[in-house]
Amino acid sequence: MTSPLEQKKIKITQPSVVTANRTWDGAVIYRTAGSRWSTDLNEAAVVRAADEARSLLAESVADDLGAVGAYIAPVEIDEGGTIAPGNLRELIRATGVTIGLPVQESVEV
Amino acid sequence: MYAYDEIDRTLINERVSEFRDQVKRRLSGELTEDEFKMLRLQNGVYLQLHAYMFRIAIPYGTLSSAQLRRLAHVARRYDRGYGHFTTRQNIQFNWIKLAELPDALADLAEVGIHSMQTSGNNTRNVTSDQWAGVAPGEIEDPRIWSEVLRQYTTLHPEFSFLPRKFKFAITAHAHDRAAIKIHDIGLRLHKNEQSETGFEVLVGGGLGRTPFIAKTIRPFIHGRDILSYVEAIMRVYNRYGRRDNIYKARIKILVHELGIEKFAQEVEEEWQQIRDGALRLDDDTIEDIRSRFSYPTYEKLPHMPEELRKAAHDPLFERWRRNAVFPHKATGYSIVTISLKPVGGPPGDATADQMDALADLADKYSFGEIRVGHEQNLALPHVARRDLPELWKALDKIGLATPNVNLVSDIIACPGLDYCSLANARSIPIAQELTRRFANHDTANLIGRLHINISGCINACGHHHVGHIGILGVEKNGEEFYQITIGGRADEKAELGVLIGPAVPYNEVADVIEDIVEAYLALRATPDELFVDTVKRLGVEPFRERVYATR
Repeated sequence: MTSPLEQKKIKITQPSVVTANRTWDGAVIYRTAGSRWSTDLNEAAVVRAADEARSLLAESVADDLGAVGAYIAPVEIDEGGTIAPGNLRELIRATGVTIGLPVQESVEV
Repeated sequence: MYAYDEIDRTLINERVSEFRDQVKRRLSGELTEDEFKMLRLQNGVYLQLHAYMFRIAIPYGTLSSAQLRRLAHVARRYDRGYGHFTTRQNIQFNWIKLAELPDALADLAEVGIHSMQTSGNNTRNVTSDQWAGVAPGEIEDPRIWSEVLRQYTTLHPEFSFLPRKFKFAITAHAHDRAAIKIHDIGLRLHKNEQSETGFEVLVGGGLGRTPFIAKTIRPFIHGRDILSYVEAIMRVYNRYGRRDNIYKARIKILVHELGIEKFAQEVEEEWQQIRDGALRLDDDTIEDIRSRFSYPTYEKLPHMPEELRKAAHDPLFERWRRNAVFPHKATGYSIVTISLKPVGGPPGDATADQMDALADLADKYSFGEIRVGHEQNLALPHVARRDLPELWKALDKIGLATPNVNLVSDIIACPGLDYCSLANARSIPIAQELTRRFANHDTANLIGRLHINISGCINACGHHHVGHIGILGVEKNGEEFYQITIGGRADEKAELGVLIGPAVPYNEVADVIEDIVEAYLALRATPDELFVDTVKRLGVEPFRERVYATR
């Protein structure tokens, strides 16, 4: 996955959201339509055009206190309207590491 | 162990207070993220995918049992119960909260641990041979010189804002366990014809996007001149190193573009200006640092005690002893490498319970001392050979007796896309699958020494360029693919691996590695010919044919 740290210009090819990490603990958060941050992807404001995305990102970045490193991330939306991460990187951010944590794994198999 | 003096203790405690204030101001909004970012990075605090990551220095890889227990405490109290040992003798915690970081730092400071300069464009943790001071054949303990450099580089005002990060590694042994040739400055301690102690100085090594093996800039520099010579190198770098392009900012690029002869000439001119100044080390200064290292008082013990003779009948013990126990400079003692590469586990991770238990074992069997190696394993450096059977049983109980040191499943891997915000692909699941494929220790022993290194992006934290087999994660159209190189090595004969062909998808990586290993077993001239030597003899073509013939 190309790191969004290399995101130079905003190009929207699929529904997208603005995501960041919460300042005090680093948790993954999403910008909502109500100009808040939520840890629930399904509360995120979805944008479908570059102008919309640029505007949402600008509004999100202005909130420097609550969030760090805001960027636009792709999502997928099913017929029922449920929002899912749009690539593996975002899936890992949303659902956690794809491996068992060492606490469960450290004993030799 | 090295005992910090009052200056060090004051420095560490002051840093805790400063950082506490900086975090408070960030959380209150007094500092913006742009203002705060450099401050947190100077304290080893990154922002990764899920949380902040906290990197803590373990200078020259030496830890006391009290320090290891405190790391366990931080893992348990502030994180999720484990830590990750890195390829640069650091430990990282992956789930730490910014609001709690000052408390974690304060807890660590009580036992002399800090995170200064574990990130940022300054001189990073000075690394060394994890067997320093105990390996037979060593010129002298390289940690004394590592400590000289640590003191010199810590908060050095001239070198706190370099064009890019800067890494030192030091070895004092003919066999390089510190990977000095892939560092910005690599130092090899040796003696000249007059039996004076000094260094071969290498410069411009590094991996990442543009990998280079370091070049020798000076075959011998007397120990008393090491600081002035290093300063001359860093001044030339600071003056000419590029700041306009992050990908061309490391000293390796400058050395490459100027050429080593021209670079050496610049350094020589600078050095002549400063060589007899304040940086010239006198014997008293070196002795003072040497005197702050404490060494065990070894007993006179037999090389083959009765306990070891009896235990030799147990094939499981013998397999572990042959794999993980290494010669020591003192008769009757051994160095024991602790594999952090359990079958199916993430490379380099240790749980808080394991750290606590290992600290207890270090107290009981290794004079309270633990070492951290760049291969992401630990070591107990002073184990009486009579205690080996009991130690093995205790290690086995806590999952730390995997007999795979230097074998195919002793994999070096970066955190990859599971944790890292820079990664393009996952590293750990690839490593886990490979350890399962090569879980049979008899097969692994048949294969012999074989280092697999995995990086999840071109920044190469898993040192894939110098793996006997290197695996680099890349992205292709949103999917994880992996480039495979072979023939790299990180020791005194360091070389960069050669790409064998097009990248392969995630699901095929383990099959490809098995094919490469099978090809090696069929091609090696003798059972003793190591994988890397077979590649050297035959080149990559036979391996390429084997991998891609059916793909």
